[in-house]
Amino acid sequence: MVVTVRLFATLQEGRFVEAPRDYALGASVGTIVDDLRIPQDDIGVVFVNGRNAELDRVVSAGDVVSIFPPIGGG
Amino acid sequence: MDASELCAFLRSRAEGDLLPLEAQSEAVRRFGRSFAEVEGSALESGLLPLRYRRNRETLSTEEQLRLFRSRVAVIGCGGLGGYVVEEAARVGVGTLVLVDPDVFEEHNLNRQLLSSVDGLGRPKVDAGRERVACINPAVTVVTHRAALSEENGRQLLAGSSAVVDALDSIDTRRALSSICRELEVPLVHGAIAGWYGQVTVQMPGKDLSALLGSGRGKGVEQKLGNPSFTPAAIASLQAAELVKVLLGRGTPLAGRALLVNLLDMEFERLRYE
Repeated sequence: MVVTVRLFATLQEGRFVEAPRDYALGASVGTIVDDLRIPQDDIGVVFVNGRNAELDRVVSAGDVVSIFPPIGGG
Repeated sequence: MDASELCAFLRSRAEGDLLPLEAQSEAVRRFGRSFAEVEGSALESGLLPLRYRRNRETLSTEEQLRLFRSRVAVIGCGGLGGYVVEEAARVGVGTLVLVDPDVFEEHNLNRQLLSSVDGLGRPKVDAGRERVACINPAVTVVTHRAALSEENGRQLLAGSSAVVDALDSIDTRRALSSICRELEVPLVHGAIAGWYGQVTVQMPGKDLSALLGSGRGKGVEQKLGNPSFTPAAIASLQAAELVKVLLGRGTPLAGRALLVNLLDMEFERLRYE
């Protein structure tokens, strides 16, 4: 199944901005994060179809997964 | 002299319903009141201090009075906090509580509005107090040269109408969010890193901590730094949210995060819970 993955800010480096990615049925947000070799500490918040989601959230074909790094400056 | 004499004086010096600064200053001298007391009397009498004339198509005199009666705690007086203090004071928030433990350092000069060459080494909260006194003497400023913590947070935030998160640490943000939930005070969150930023509003009964990631004190700002325009942009969005929350106007970013990418000029609003 194809899921659209969007990466933001520093997470784009060495990866991509937005790409269709093919995953097996039952894949979760965590599967995608591991596939892209994103360390868990580098993740601020993940949205699936515009709503926040945890790493164990199972994704479906056509979902849009947006991954943001933690932002803490002031 | 009593309050009715003060009001009569203010009315006699108003131009239409606009009250010039000089009349406010004269009332302070003549009646022995503070500038804030004179401003409160004017607004309660339906007189608008002339300084707010360009507010009035956006904010009514009643709303200006509501802002005047509001107490806003700004937690952090660096990049975001400096602009928030500036905009809150200019729009007419009556009481500002400034909380920051730090003094200005040279590497603050690229972005922090309250910093200056002459002010290096001075406490940020002192610069905030002086800046507000320069631009709007009707604003009461309370300063705490301290780091917000689980221990002092309730005391520092007690009585606030709203709180602004202008911190530089994710861990402290988590503590601030928790204390605001406990006190049931709205929290206007902002955070920045490089070209990027985020804004949201935590209303009482809600929790923004899903936006803060899984741990660690710092985010990607450690790698990306902070240029001048990102704090100005994000702080201005926070100031708009602050005024909306204080007045119950418009649609604040409650339960929604605005994620800002100034490099590609992309603004995304996403829901969270």
